[in-house]
Amino acid sequence: MSTATQSPAKTPRGPKPKRAFSPANIMIYGTLFVVSIYYLLPLYVMVMTSLKDMTEVRMGNIFSPPVEITFEPWVKAWAEACTGINCDGLSRGFWNSVRILIPSVVVSIAVASVSGYALSFWRFKGSELFFNILIVGAFIPYQIMLYPIVIILRELGVYGTLTGLVMVHTIFGMPILTLLFRNYFASVPEELFKAARVDGAGFWGIYVQIMLPMSLPIFVVAIILQVTGIWNDFLFGVVFTKPDIYPMTVQLNNIVNSVQGVKEYNVNMAATLLTGMVPLVIYFVSGKLFVRGIAAGAVKG
Amino acid sequence: MDQIVNPSISIKNLDLSFGAVEVLKNLNLDIADGEFVVLLGSSGCGKSTLLNCIAGLLDVSDGEIHISGKNVTWEEPSQRGIGMVFQSYALYPQMTVEGNLTFGLRNARVPKDEIAARVEKAAKILQIEPLLKRKPAALSGGQRQRVAIGRALVRDVDVFLFDEPLSNLDAKLRADLRVEIKQLHQQLGNTMIYVTHDQIEAMTLADRIAIMLNGNVLQFASPYEIYNHPANKYVATFIGSPTMNFIEGSVHGGKFDSALGTHSLDGYDFTTPSPDGPAWLGIRPEHMATGDEAANKPIQLEGRVEFVEPLGSDTLTRVTVGDQHMWVRMDGQAQVKIGEMIPIGFSATQAHLFDTTTEERL
Repeated sequence: MSTATQSPAKTPRGPKPKRAFSPANIMIYGTLFVVSIYYLLPLYVMVMTSLKDMTEVRMGNIFSPPVEITFEPWVKAWAEACTGINCDGLSRGFWNSVRILIPSVVVSIAVASVSGYALSFWRFKGSELFFNILIVGAFIPYQIMLYPIVIILRELGVYGTLTGLVMVHTIFGMPILTLLFRNYFASVPEELFKAARVDGAGFWGIYVQIMLPMSLPIFVVAIILQVTGIWNDFLFGVVFTKPDIYPMTVQLNNIVNSVQGVKEYNVNMAATLLTGMVPLVIYFVSGKLFVRGIAAGAVKG
Repeated sequence: MDQIVNPSISIKNLDLSFGAVEVLKNLNLDIADGEFVVLLGSSGCGKSTLLNCIAGLLDVSDGEIHISGKNVTWEEPSQRGIGMVFQSYALYPQMTVEGNLTFGLRNARVPKDEIAARVEKAAKILQIEPLLKRKPAALSGGQRQRVAIGRALVRDVDVFLFDEPLSNLDAKLRADLRVEIKQLHQQLGNTMIYVTHDQIEAMTLADRIAIMLNGNVLQFASPYEIYNHPANKYVATFIGSPTMNFIEGSVHGGKFDSALGTHSLDGYDFTTPSPDGPAWLGIRPEHMATGDEAANKPIQLEGRVEFVEPLGSDTLTRVTVGDQHMWVRMDGQAQVKIGEMIPIGFSATQAHLFDTTTEERL
């Protein structure tokens, strides 16, 4: 009796006690720790460097926090840094990127969601072939298509404009987004579609009233994909636009790689962090939405 | 079968193939106004496909479909005057129950007060008034299926189509809802077509059952007719549980010869004038008498008890007669032991004879 109360672990009853330092736990947390250090350390160095002034940077203690915190490099990166003849900092590139991003994301997702919906519910003759061609398109390296696209854009009269770049981003987003939406809609029970047809809803009626409201999670996934992809794009930006309308990534490269004068590491760090801010914010904001979207969409028959 | 003068639904020479696969072959079916028809068959027999063709959800390869005297072969599902209930309920997950009920009416631009009146009426009939503001996710399976029926109900149509509506429900709920569907039919008097693979649903609900196999209708008749005069061996096997017992032999001058002896077929109502030849004799387990009753039957056999399944109300017993296995349905109070010899008797009036090659009824 007394032994049982003293050491309850000896009588197997109730939940099995778990060991805190099991080999599995050590592996999982050990790996997580190493990987986080690997990714967080450079970020730490960047943030610290961007808050120092140049005299402190030159002392070379990259891991030490700034003695005197200054936001001067951030202001300079945003509003004063020079690329070529423009000396209005990254702000120009930021707004260019926004003007590229919003139409590209909206148009590509709108088109891809409708075509994904059509490909899974309104099969037409050759729709499978069409889809396969689209998927093959996703595997052709971009570099092969650069020059033909330059010619096409020139002939259309949109070479070197934001419109041209938006068109390119929209088209290159099609394969993966269409695949994404088609597979999502393929998982929607076909009877739902049949019921809506009996209820007299047409192509757009079913899309807008039935399919859209239940596809929030997949839209969030598509937005994350497209926003990060387009924001981080460098190749298309540098090839299809002109210096005045360079997206932020291209401008960042020009600031960091400018050879005249002193290398202002603190400004470069601040500029890089500013450029990376948008995808980061998207992940944080939509991550929450994503979970909520899945919860709201979870209605199994 | 009498010719139906003004059929509610008339299917004429319907063909449907997917590529090289013929699913429905030259199918003809006339369904009377207000009739409850069950399409019954095992999976892959084309019953759901036929229903989808009637609904207009599948394009036919050939033939015509008429609903309420109108040729609707090329019409959209919503233009055919049908309401449909699906196995998976297929409720719109992001709409409330009310939204689900009114969706079709809103698409058809029915006036608001008319919509409200119809929803109220349907909700009252199906007793789903307290659920109107809920989302489908917050409903139980039975409630969801009621809403799905309501969605067909508010459309105020002549024809209801049910595609295995009770298959996703548990046994108790299935039995309850089956009764409700039957009552609904009596109350509304609409034509209803109901697809199922469950013979109990078919027997209890139908005015007429169409038994399908490989895209053909094998027999289209009342449950009584299907049970008592199955048109061929497949229908005889398909209906009834446990399944009908068969003895192989031959018909010869009004007598049946088999390994079990020669028995007179007096009282059997032959459908063909010259039934002589090799045949199957079928007899249902419930038509086999045992004990003292067996002695009163014209055909008598003796079987050894092999296996006993007491169900409470009945006792199912498998016996061997000669080298044949047969199921016998005995009274629930009967006490039988394995290995015991029991007398079995039946009369030719309750037997069924089928040609061995064509499997058609003799």
